[in-house]
Amino acid sequence: MRHEDGSKNASPEQMQAWMKQTMDWIGGIAAQNKFVSGTGLPFNGARVITTKNSKPVVTDGPFGEIKETIGGFIVVKADSIDEAVEFAKGCPVLQGEGNSMEVRKIAKNDGVH
Amino acid sequence: MEQRDLIPHLFRTEYRKIVSVLCKHFGFDQIETAEDLTSETFLTAAQTWPLNGIPPNPVAWLYTVAKNNAKNYLRRHSIFDKKLVPELKKSSLVSVEAEIDMSEQNINDSQLQMMFAICHPSISAEAQVGLSLRILCGFGIEEIADAFLTNKENINKRLFRAKEKLREEKIRIELPALTEIDERLATVLTTIYLLFNEGYYSVSNDQTLRKDFCFEAMRLCKMLTENKISNKPEVSALLALMCFHASRFDARFSKNGELVLYEEQDESIWDRELIERGAYYLHQATTGNKVSKYHIEAGIAYWHTIKADTIEKWENILQLYNQLLQIEYSPIAALNRTFALSKANGKQEAIKEAEKLNLSDNHFYFMLLGELYSDLDNVKAKQNFQIALSLAKTQTDKMSIQKRIAIL
Repeated sequence: MRHEDGSKNASPEQMQAWMKQTMDWIGGIAAQNKFVSGTGLPFNGARVITTKNSKPVVTDGPFGEIKETIGGFIVVKADSIDEAVEFAKGCPVLQGEGNSMEVRKIAKNDGVH
Repeated sequence: MEQRDLIPHLFRTEYRKIVSVLCKHFGFDQIETAEDLTSETFLTAAQTWPLNGIPPNPVAWLYTVAKNNAKNYLRRHSIFDKKLVPELKKSSLVSVEAEIDMSEQNINDSQLQMMFAICHPSISAEAQVGLSLRILCGFGIEEIADAFLTNKENINKRLFRAKEKLREEKIRIELPALTEIDERLATVLTTIYLLFNEGYYSVSNDQTLRKDFCFEAMRLCKMLTENKISNKPEVSALLALMCFHASRFDARFSKNGELVLYEEQDESIWDRELIERGAYYLHQATTGNKVSKYHIEAGIAYWHTIKADTIEKWENILQLYNQLLQIEYSPIAALNRTFALSKANGKQEAIKEAEKLNLSDNHFYFMLLGELYSDLDNVKAKQNFQIALSLAKTQTDKMSIQKRIAIL
């Protein structure tokens, strides 16, 4: 999930509504026995480590050129990339213009992605 | 209490204590001996009490006779061993002189240790439940057979095989090491919950027996809360969960034994005292930093003790199911979650989610779809209930589906 730090400009009620939508979305995947693990990645306390003149530089952000960054991830048991894409389409972060979901395989040799 | 009721009553409360103490004394490999000596004790009571009158302290009488039976047994065997098999490892034989300790402390310890011995991962969950009913709860073989809708021979065979397996594994009657306690406790809790469900959802029609199963499961769980080694938050959570469920036991059946669905239950006969006890144990369960599936299920069960259909109630239940499914998937949790979703977010959304569940061999799935379509599209509702009816296995389920179709 890539999105902006919603806590900066959203009301507590809006945040709560997003939270419910996200929990219902994950619950729906889990109800199909397709959920493996996942978590949100809160923005507070986030650090970015880059290299400048061959030395590591630690900053509080911004997160590169783009405004949004990885806000969380979920690992699912999908039979195909298409199925994973269908799960991703249901994620409430996509309601925000410019936010995105990225589907990636997990490098494993057991056929579960 | 009448004399004819007294012995069965004492059998239920004392058999398990005597058997656990004797078995701990002799070692698990002699469990049959412990069972035989205990049964013999009750047989003696049944033969002598009607003639000589009930002793002033019947329980103490039973303990004394059991101790004497055990001592005589050991004496006979020690003579046998000395005369005939002197080369056999005598050290393994328990000394005749060792006093059999029937103190309350030792009775409790022995029962708790026995619980861990029986609920051992080396035997199947079904065998654990069977042995628990017999050894930890003192149910008769016939009662166990009734509950599982089978005959005495089958139960005897099942229990025999389970005991053989535990002997092969050299199971000792002791509490697990502190490093293993969480893992072993998980098996014990699973067995207790199965035992409870055996009573709560049993196919048996014997109401009294079913209720006894539930209360025995709660008693075993309570014993775990009373020992500081086994008193973990998830134990209290399971106990809370069972209290909440059991509070509806009487309301779940009509006078002629038919199942009464939750919505139609008379909440004035819900057991308030059990609900309060459930709340107490749920509070006790909030001490750790781990949320177990029992915590979540107890939370769901708590919300069901409030009959009023509010948004708050269903929203909480939905979120708890969302969490539960992430910890442990089960078809029934997936179906219940979808029902909660319909109450919290509306039927349309729930139908869409239900269709993704892939549970088309489950009659509860079609009952849920029937429920979701009713009032929106009664033709579809009826179609789904009909499929449910063709898939349902028990008479109780079939009857409740037919009743549901009739009111569409």
